[in-house]
Amino acid sequence: MLAIEGLQKSFGGVKAVSDLNLRFPPGSITAVIGPNGAGKTTLFNLITGHLRPDHGRIILGGEDIAGLHRVEIVRRGIGRGFQVASLFSSLSVEEAITATVLSHRGQAGIILRRFPLATSQARAEEIMSLLGLLDVRSVLSRNLSHGDQKLLDIGLALALEPRVLLLDEPTAGMGPDERWQMIEKVQRLWRSERMTLVFVEHDMDIVFKIAETVRVLRGGTVLAEGVPDEVRRNPAVIEAYLGVVHEEGRL
Amino acid sequence: MMSNTLYRDVAVSVFVLLALITLPFASDNLGVRDFIIFVSAYGLLAMSLNLLIGNTGMISFGHGMFFASGAYAFALMMQSGQFSIPAAFLLSVLSSAALALVIGAICVRLKEIYFAFLTLAFQMLIHSIILSWVSLTGGDQGLVGGIPRPPFLGIDLSDNLHLYIFSCAILLACVFAMRQLVTSPFGYTLRMIRDNQERAAFLGIDVFRMKLIVFVIAGSIASVGGIILALFVSGAYPNFAFWTTSGEAIFMIMLGGTVTFLGPLIGAIILTMLSDFVTVYTEHYGLVLGSIILLFALVLRRGMLDSILEFWDRRRAPSASHELAGEAAVDARD
Repeated sequence: MLAIEGLQKSFGGVKAVSDLNLRFPPGSITAVIGPNGAGKTTLFNLITGHLRPDHGRIILGGEDIAGLHRVEIVRRGIGRGFQVASLFSSLSVEEAITATVLSHRGQAGIILRRFPLATSQARAEEIMSLLGLLDVRSVLSRNLSHGDQKLLDIGLALALEPRVLLLDEPTAGMGPDERWQMIEKVQRLWRSERMTLVFVEHDMDIVFKIAETVRVLRGGTVLAEGVPDEVRRNPAVIEAYLGVVHEEGRL
Repeated sequence: MMSNTLYRDVAVSVFVLLALITLPFASDNLGVRDFIIFVSAYGLLAMSLNLLIGNTGMISFGHGMFFASGAYAFALMMQSGQFSIPAAFLLSVLSSAALALVIGAICVRLKEIYFAFLTLAFQMLIHSIILSWVSLTGGDQGLVGGIPRPPFLGIDLSDNLHLYIFSCAILLACVFAMRQLVTSPFGYTLRMIRDNQERAAFLGIDVFRMKLIVFVIAGSIASVGGIILALFVSGAYPNFAFWTTSGEAIFMIMLGGTVTFLGPLIGAIILTMLSDFVTVYTEHYGLVLGSIILLFALVLRRGMLDSILEFWDRRRAPSASHELAGEAAVDARD
């Protein structure tokens, strides 16, 4: 269980996250949505230790991880995919994933053996297979297509065997077909890895199709939460998110 | 596959060592031996610096301080008459490693230009200490009076041939160790840090620790280069710790290339040859050498070995994707 309790973060006088309370049950898939500046990415930055909260607790498996160093947070089982794929340009897909697996297993500092180690290769193979990256395994990260770069970004997070995976706009910058292919892969990996998956997404069709629950943020606080149908019909959400109420009163 | 590359590297190292050992018997030109001893010393300085620059993305302007610390520590111990050469060698490397640990713990927290300038500042501090602590270091005169070289295990380093073979063996052992490092999981971790330090941290890599480890290893190997030079010139001098020594190592890397493993060693050979050649024909050594380095910086930006191998890879790769394959091949060679 990942739980956020009374989380606060300000930048100067601006409250980016204000008294935020959220719960993400184990094995759930949750969408976090909201207009620009709602605090979605700040929330991810706080959970992953990139930012230090001013107040509040982030409970993972009963332990408060708020303010821990990000290395410690990763070790406790939080993985993250980025809005703009953040990769290792000179490493191939296979090298990058294998090196990340090694790092996760505490073998990043081994000098007396040659890369890769057989045990890490098996896990890298699994991840590449799951994400459909086997065909591009030898391609350098910088030469991948945009979609494959996003998949590799997720693959790197998966290599950490996270209990909770945070994906920040996994379909950003993709065409319609590519978006659905990506989201099917995300859904497939969520099922096969049995992890808690939290994703930020702007495409409402995707959100309402795959999320079990939706949390809507505005101004750093929770505006609404519930199953997709509830959220879809919530007038406050419609007004805040789009500023427009459709005839049928749905997002 | 792993053991294949390991065996290949061992075989290449042994072959090269044997070739170098037989060289003096094929030619009695002392100049060639001296040239190779000199290249061994500066090659180790440049290659160890490239562990920081090429492999980890840490541009150090002060790497020469470890070259000097190795030379001075070794010379001082040998002049004290209380140490055998192997003991002094080992202790000099260990003391340089300790120095690198202290300086690295302060410097590697910083990024890019701040790291570069802080390493430069430490180097100038050590240079100043060498100049001012006359009773220990001999000040601006250096540690004159020669370095005693008592024989050990049948090796007599006062004999130029023995010194030559010893230098070649040490060079190859260090090159092999660095090859092992860059092809190990640790080497790949360093490449991750070089490419994207932030992401590496998000993946749970302890960036500070990894950078500190490679800083200490690089400093230790640079000190071995300093010891070889101290043996060769039979002394230690303040210019070993001057910023120009670090600058020369950077020029060697620029000339040879940062990506290909042996690039800095090739750069050391080129720069040493240029120095020897140019000084014979003109007193305007700096002007000519500076122009050549400028030419490399503008035309062969990747350095000689990287550029040659990239050109070769592009010719071999299918025309439709040659650029992509060329990049991949250069990176894969790392």
